[in-house]
This record gives sequence, structure tokens and C-alpha cells, in this order.
Amino acid sequence: MSGRFVLLDAVDLTYRAGEDEGTLALEGASLGVGRGEFAAIVGPSGCGKSTILKLVSGLLAANRGRVEVAARPVAGPVKMAGMAFQNPTMLPWLSAIDNVLVPLKIVQPYRSQFKQKRAEYEERARALFKTVGLAGFEKRFPWQLSGGMQQRASLCRALIHEPEMLLLDEPFGALDAFTREDLWATLQELWMSRRPTVILVTHDLREAAYLADRIFVMSARPGRVIAAHEVPFPRPRTLDMTFSGEFVELIHALRREISDAREEALAA
Amino acid sequence: MRRRSLARRSLPWAVIIGMFLVWEALCRLFNVPEFVLPLPSQIFEVLITRWEALLPHTTQTLMTTVIGFVGGVIVGTLIGIAIGSSRLVYEAMYPLLVGFYSIPKVAVVPILVLWFGSGTVPAVITSLVICIFPVVVNVATGLATTEPELEDVLRALGASKRDILWGVGIPRSMPYLFASLKIAITLAFVGTVISETVAANRGIGNVMIIASSNIDVPLVFAGLFILAFMGIALYALFALLESRMTGWAMRKTEFSM
Repeated sequence: MSGRFVLLDAVDLTYRAGEDEGTLALEGASLGVGRGEFAAIVGPSGCGKSTILKLVSGLLAANRGRVEVAARPVAGPVKMAGMAFQNPTMLPWLSAIDNVLVPLKIVQPYRSQFKQKRAEYEERARALFKTVGLAGFEKRFPWQLSGGMQQRASLCRALIHEPEMLLLDEPFGALDAFTREDLWATLQELWMSRRPTVILVTHDLREAAYLADRIFVMSARPGRVIAAHEVPFPRPRTLDMTFSGEFVELIHALRREISDAREEALAA
Repeated sequence: MRRRSLARRSLPWAVIIGMFLVWEALCRLFNVPEFVLPLPSQIFEVLITRWEALLPHTTQTLMTTVIGFVGGVIVGTLIGIAIGSSRLVYEAMYPLLVGFYSIPKVAVVPILVLWFGSGTVPAVITSLVICIFPVVVNVATGLATTEPELEDVLRALGASKRDILWGVGIPRSMPYLFASLKIAITLAFVGTVISETVAANRGIGNVMIIASSNIDVPLVFAGLFILAFMGIALYALFALLESRMTGWAMRKTEFSM
């Protein structure tokens, strides 16, 4: 597993709420994602998928085990990450384009040049809006956009500072099926042109198989990685591929593993 | 549609004028003596004929209130930020604040007079003190209820606590601050007038206390009218500012920066 861009090695994490014992979210979780690779994490709900993203981004610290990004232990928020969540989390007092510019006001080296280079940065944001199909909506406020549009803007925000790593926590979970499939294509395009390392947490097995190079399957809580699948399909992938026999087989295999993990948890 | 909105807008005026008409009619009908309840027409007459004498007192009260209000909002915002952004400060300071706020402000004025003498200073301080509490509570609530997801967006980028406070916490609590300003400005008048009636030789509160000892009841009521008018005017000013500054919280389509 050495030489991996993102590495979790035998990680434990307990959420403490007040003075009780706390919830053991992860126990002995290990995974490795190569640089520029697109990884997906699937598993039963509540298995600690999102926790893994929080560990990788440095929002949480592990109780035990190693968490490394780019061969360095994670000891606080990693600045090279872009994040998008299931909830678009747009700041409601800023227009869509100002929301997308937020990372540039925080992350160096953009931060110190923000005032001089604002026009250039706005141009960059406009270009991103165009790629995700949001051209013309730059000056709208978040509540004036549909859920899908907000999620597109949220993707732009995750990408604006050209992060080496993209952490996506069920970003399409709240969208209707058609919008979701549109956004899969957009995300694949963006990934193919920029090649960031991506970790996508999702409930949707088709989504995982369409987008990822490698899929990690997690057990029920306390979560650990119980299987990893290489996804062999060539890129760019199309929606038609998702109906091919091989693809469907992969999804059945994933589904079986997850339902086994759930039954095991129920039996225990 | 347009006509209806015009009718809507004139509704509060109709209510106010209607109240005065009923008041006038009832007083005349039952022959209520002037020293119990003067006629609205008498009160307006006082306002018009003696405006030159009333004006300096009005500006005195207005200035005192505005200075106290501005001071109270600044102090209240700072305490609110401290309390809202730290659980520890919240738990440590809240009981003291509630206790402090429960003290009737009239009881504080004599102490202030003892320290600063009578006049403008105790009035400013009274109105300042009375404004603080609603501002503190609202700003602290705004900060404390900020969605952690919004903060995560910045935290994941390596933003400092200060960045998060300025980037998310403070803008998020602006609607709460503005809501509290409308309450605080009316309370500030209460503070000023309390102090002016107890220990001052200028201001509307002072005018009213002297008029009442002279049993010049129309003048007392004229003082009340001036206070009510200033209260409404400043409330409206802050309501307007609120909709301009924090239209996003009310989802106004015409809102833009």
C-alpha cells in the first residue's frame, strides 16, 4: 500500500457525544488510493463512509492508525482538497459566483492576490460555470437556483482552486435520476481533463461503477473496508454501458457484498 | 392588485387617525376634564404652538438615545460574538447577563447619578445598558445556530477560526442582529426617558415630569407623542436597513448587493 496518494492504515475512530462511551464509527479501516485515481466508497448506511472523508480532509483526527495524504500524515485540514457534500451548502448571502470564489479567498497563494486578480478569478469561475452548464446564472442567489443547479455550483466551488484531491460526500444524493446522470457525465469530463484524485462516497452503486476506477465496499458499523473492486470499463464511459451485462454483474456483486455485511451486522 | 397594495399601505395610517377620532369623540361625549385626558386636538395644538420650546428637548433626547444605542449595539455585538462562538464563555457569562438584565433600570439611575452627576451622561449609559441584552442574545443565537456544514466548507480549506467567524458566522448572524436593532432602538428611548425623568434638566423626559407637576397634562401627552413618533421613525429606519442588508434571509427577489 506504500506510495499511495491517500492512505488509511488500520484506522479506528470513535465519536464522543458528551460523557457516554461514544459510537465506534470505524474499526481497523484501511484503504489506498493512487494519485489521479477515481475511487468510490460504498456500504450500508451509517457505516462510516463520510467519516473516512472527514479523516482524509483533516476535519477529524483518528483515534488509532495512520491517515496519510501525499505521503504525509494528516494533522489538520489539508489545503489541497476540494469538498462537496450532499447538501450544496451554498452561503445564502453570496451570489452563485461569489460562493464559488470563496476558496480563493481562503487558500494561498490565491488569497493574498485576490484583490489584484479578482477579474481573472471571476473569469476562471465563469469558465467553470460554463463547463457544468450554469452559464448565465452567476449572479443568482442560491435560493434562486434549483437543487441540481446548486449542486453544480457546489462542484465548481470544490474545483475552483484546482485542488489535487476532490472529496465528494454523496454529492448527487438529493437529486432526481436525470439530473444525477447529467452530473455524472459532467464530473467524468472534469475528472478526465484535470485528473485530480477523487474519493466519492455514495449509496448509488450504478454511480460508483460508472464513475470510479476502484470501488471500496465497507462493512456495517463499526466500518472497515471488506472488499475492493477494479472497474475495468474504458473511458469516457457512457450511460449505455451501465446496462451492459458486465456492468450489471459488477453491481450485483457489490449489492451482494453490502447485503451480506448488513445481515452479519443484524445477526451480531 | 395595485389598488389593494395601496389600501394595505394606508391601513396603519387609517388605524392611527381612527384612534384619534374615537379618542376625541369619547372625550367630548363624556366631558372628560383636560387634566385627566386631554383631547388629541389640544395635544396637537401644544405641539404646534410650542414647538420652538420643545425642539431642543427633542434633539437632546434623540441624541442621548442614539449615542446610547450605538454604544449598546457595539458592546452587545462584541459580547454576543464572544458568547456565541465559545461554549465556555456562554456558560460562564450567561447567568450574570440574565441577572444584570433582570435589574430594573430605574434602580440603576440613582447609582449612575452618584457616579457621574445628573444630566446627559447617566441618560446615555441607561439607554446603552438597556440596549445590550437583546443584541447579545440575538447575535449569540445567530452564531450558535450556524450550520456546521457551512463552517465545514471553510474549515476543509484550512481556514482559521477568524476566517470562519468573518466568512460565515458574522454574515449568518446579521439577520439576527438587525432583528435585535429594532427592539434595541425602542428600548433605548425607554432608557433615556427613565433617566431624564429622574435626573436631568433637559430632554423630553424632563419636560414631561415638570409638566406633570404643573398639571399641564396636554404638554405631558405632547411629550409622549414626540417619543412615539421618534420611536416609529427609527424603527422604520432599521426595518428598511434590515431589508436592504439582509434581504437574502427573507428571500427577496429584488435583493442584490
